[in-house]
Amino acid sequence: MSELTARFNVVFPSFHLKVKASVPAEGITVVFGPSGCGKTTLLRCLAGLERAPDGFLALGEQVWQDEAHNIFLPLSHRPVGYVFQESRLFPHQSVRSNLLYGWKRIPKSERRISLDQVVGILGLDSLLERRPTHLSGGEQQRVAIGRALLTSPRLLLMDEPLSSLDVQRKREIMTFIQRLDKEFRIPIIYVSHALHEVVQLARTLILLKEGSVAAIGPLAEVFSQVGSRRVIPDSHIGAVIDTRVAGHDVEFGLTTLTFSGGHLSVPHQHSSIGESLRVQILARDVSLVASPPAFQTSVLNVLVATVMEIGPIEPDQPFVDIKLDIGCPLLATITRKSLAILQLHPGQKVHAQIKAVALTHDSLD
Amino acid sequence: MTPSEVDLGPLWLTLRLAGVTVIVLLIIGTPLAWWLAHTRSRARTAIEAIVAMPLVLPPTVLGFYLLVLLGPYGWIGSASQAITGSALSFTFTGLVMASALYSLPFVVQPLHSAFESIGRKPLEAAWSLRASKLDTFLTIVSPMASRGYLTAIVLGFAHTLGEFGVVLMVGGNIPGRTKVLSIAIYDHVEVLEYTQAHILSAGLLIFSFLVLLMVYTVNRRLPIHVS
Repeated sequence: MSELTARFNVVFPSFHLKVKASVPAEGITVVFGPSGCGKTTLLRCLAGLERAPDGFLALGEQVWQDEAHNIFLPLSHRPVGYVFQESRLFPHQSVRSNLLYGWKRIPKSERRISLDQVVGILGLDSLLERRPTHLSGGEQQRVAIGRALLTSPRLLLMDEPLSSLDVQRKREIMTFIQRLDKEFRIPIIYVSHALHEVVQLARTLILLKEGSVAAIGPLAEVFSQVGSRRVIPDSHIGAVIDTRVAGHDVEFGLTTLTFSGGHLSVPHQHSSIGESLRVQILARDVSLVASPPAFQTSVLNVLVATVMEIGPIEPDQPFVDIKLDIGCPLLATITRKSLAILQLHPGQKVHAQIKAVALTHDSLD
Repeated sequence: MTPSEVDLGPLWLTLRLAGVTVIVLLIIGTPLAWWLAHTRSRARTAIEAIVAMPLVLPPTVLGFYLLVLLGPYGWIGSASQAITGSALSFTFTGLVMASALYSLPFVVQPLHSAFESIGRKPLEAAWSLRASKLDTFLTIVSPMASRGYLTAIVLGFAHTLGEFGVVLMVGGNIPGRTKVLSIAIYDHVEVLEYTQAHILSAGLLIFSFLVLLMVYTVNRRLPIHVS
């Protein structure tokens, strides 16, 4: 599997971008961090819009920048698609001309994506003859995505493409972006400061903090590290699990999801059986029971778990994170007092009661 | 005296001068305005000031220095004499050079502000769609800057039509070569030929009005509103 390898070290007036990272050139890699941490700058370095001295950048075997050997391809020579925060459509051209602008400029032999395909998947049929100024924000952003796709890029860069849109449009375009990954198999680097986008879209996660990489790796791993509290807000700590719809219980209005650790019952989902669904189990929604619950519980999802790791204990913090194995990693936040009462230690078998399962596709607001 | 007896030579000469000057100015002014809009160089402010100089300088001052420069003993004049056998003062070429300098700010400033209001964002978008810098300029920047170009052309043209001091200093008053409209009108008035002065002046007045009218009409109908 080919990789995107980047090494940048640039001092800007306001901050210092220092990134050394390798991510799989596959699926969606989300670059996450608070505003001003250097996400957009990193993306601009990847595109070649900023030139990092001593920088290095390669996609698989293709080297785009290697200052040690004086190699630097300008953006117009890189097989990269760039979707900006604002759509940046050309105001003097119709939607069709905008879409075909890049397409006309790549060699015929490299045209892997056709206008019809893009118009179909992005639903642009009725917009083709219009001017960009007569489009809504969501429509403009869809055209911008389509325009970038039509250059058949080897890498798609997206800079918070949803930030200017309302919730309804966000949901719509997010679905498009997930389909892009599946239908065109173009690796995407997606910059975001919204955690729900991260949880729903990311396969790989790069956490940026003040210009440096604070954590990097597959989403599930980064989210189930006991140290993640340092980089992820408390309210979002918790394992992310990819599941499939196994069945519906019409009588009780429930849907059963299956994953590597067993089954989960969630409120009814409008998804067909076999469909994949990503869920997050927030650490604060998981409680631990040392022996099997002797009395009955209202919690439906109780899973056998092995204690893997007990998070760092901070004297000024009443809580501690526990990493469990339920066939896949699971995080639980409990009080230090509970930790003492249960006398938890790595290797111990416990029961994890899961009070709520967050379905990432409706956590957009 | 009928209009047919008015010597129309100065009119054609003036139109030719204004036309050639505008073309020269677009060729020089486009890269200059582009540089001013995009450079981070410290020289920018100084260059901006130099470009704006003709706005504040008395035309006779500009004309005087140009006469010195373009004459047989000036740098440019002597170089021209060495190459072509004649200096540039009192020639049409000399007039074009003088007019171009004199009207430079009227072409550069509208282009500069048009380029500035377009900004870098559409350029980056075009580059990301594989367009080279020249391609980007031709297909994105120039259509988006069309209002700026229209303003530049009209102002450059009109300003050259009306110039007097610089032309008189550099070109003198040679019929068919350097005698432009404004000077011809002045000559007529000086010898009290008010009819001829009227015909030429009214002609210029109506022509200027029609040009501006056309410009404003076209400008209103242009599809692009960048600024």
